[in-house]
Amino acid sequence: MKSKLSLLTFAGAAVASAPALAADLNVTVEIPRLTVAEYHKPYVSIWIENPADATAAGTLAVWYDADNREDHGAKWLKDMRQWWRKAGREMSFPADGVSGATRAPGPQKLVFAGSKGALKALKPGQYNLVVEAAREVGGHEAVRVPFTWGKPGKPATAKGASELGAVTVSVK
Amino acid sequence: MTFKKRLLAVAAVGVALALPMSASAHRGWLLPAFTTLSGDNAWVTVDAAISNELFYPDHRPMRPDGVQVLGPDGAADKIQNASTGQYRSTFDVQLTKPGTYKIFTASNSVMASWTENGEVKRFRGSTEDFAKQVPAGAADLKTIKTASRNETFVTRDKPSTGALAPTGKGLELVPVTNPTDVVATEAATFKFVLDGKPAANLEVTFIPGGARWRASPGEIKVKTGADGAVKFTLPEAGMYWVNATVRSGETGRGPGGPGMGGPGGAPGAPGGAPQGPATPLAGNGVSASYTAVIEAQRP
Repeated sequence: MKSKLSLLTFAGAAVASAPALAADLNVTVEIPRLTVAEYHKPYVSIWIENPADATAAGTLAVWYDADNREDHGAKWLKDMRQWWRKAGREMSFPADGVSGATRAPGPQKLVFAGSKGALKALKPGQYNLVVEAAREVGGHEAVRVPFTWGKPGKPATAKGASELGAVTVSVK
Repeated sequence: MTFKKRLLAVAAVGVALALPMSASAHRGWLLPAFTTLSGDNAWVTVDAAISNELFYPDHRPMRPDGVQVLGPDGAADKIQNASTGQYRSTFDVQLTKPGTYKIFTASNSVMASWTENGEVKRFRGSTEDFAKQVPAGAADLKTIKTASRNETFVTRDKPSTGALAPTGKGLELVPVTNPTDVVATEAATFKFVLDGKPAANLEVTFIPGGARWRASPGEIKVKTGADGAVKFTLPEAGMYWVNATVRSGETGRGPGGPGMGGPGGAPGAPGGAPQGPATPLAGNGVSASYTAVIEAQRP
């Protein structure tokens, strides 16, 4: 009985001290439909940037061709070059909870749970969500959307010009 | 023509063949196709040449024989699939380990004159052969010592410094910013050491590639501080040729342009044998040149 009580107390304390961690990051990424002779779905990294010094504060998702027989897709990870310099090259791939397959054109709705991965340890504050795309025989683009971690907020949107469409971020 | 005179003429031709680079703008370079790679199946292909314009092979190939590789752990690695064409050599390096590789040539040579039995003797060759062939304590000994390095760097996954430790010989680059981590429009810092000590007040030149499509060479000159460090910001993304040269005393060749860097630039270089009677060197001298190709990545 006594041990049960202390467990309960502990759980209660954890919830009370860090309510922000219960929030999730909702992201919608529009992959544009491109009329080109040779189309490959883009490699995309979704990561968090500290706006003050442009360092990375965590990687949420990397979409690439991990099933590629020759190089497991890793050969082209460097092409998402900002993410690669700041975060990717420190990681090993495939990365649990981060690696994913490339996605088709259209809006991609994503929910990143605050209780998992990079968000779990993220301190409340101002950040940029960066969506960085690199397409084989295509271009490269990074779209930044500011968000405040620690309390629910209104959705914010930024639009890419070439390799990415609208990126919308909200903390719920 | 006496036999002696003929020998002298041959020797003069040999020297002229060995040093065409110093009199003009010929530049030696090792140009990797990529400086940043990812994944465990990474290979990089490298072009090696001596050219006027950067980076177009328009003069001579650099011989791949003298090209060395240091892996991320500082251990010697190898080049593969080497071949030499009219204007350039090409070879591959397999990046079997994560980290920064150094691909380079390095040479040390000595020109010497001394007197033996009333006759002036000359030597030209490697530091090792100098020690073997020139008698210790030779009379009227004068030496001109030359050290040159020509390098490039390639990183697979996370950069490392194991391959970048200076040897303490000649002019060398010591990374503050890893040479594969230079980003256009962002400040970077390199340090230069001469025989292991800070190379203060050294002029370092950065020349961007793509010369054919620019009206001016676009070279950037910066000077090291007392600690041998130089802070620089490269304006545009692309490959850059980096060069610095230190000279003191006699050069044995008159005023020269930027160093060609690397032994590959000396096809037909004479061997290390003493070369019969000749005029003595005017005095002692030391020269050291450092050349590298680095990439300024897109921001």
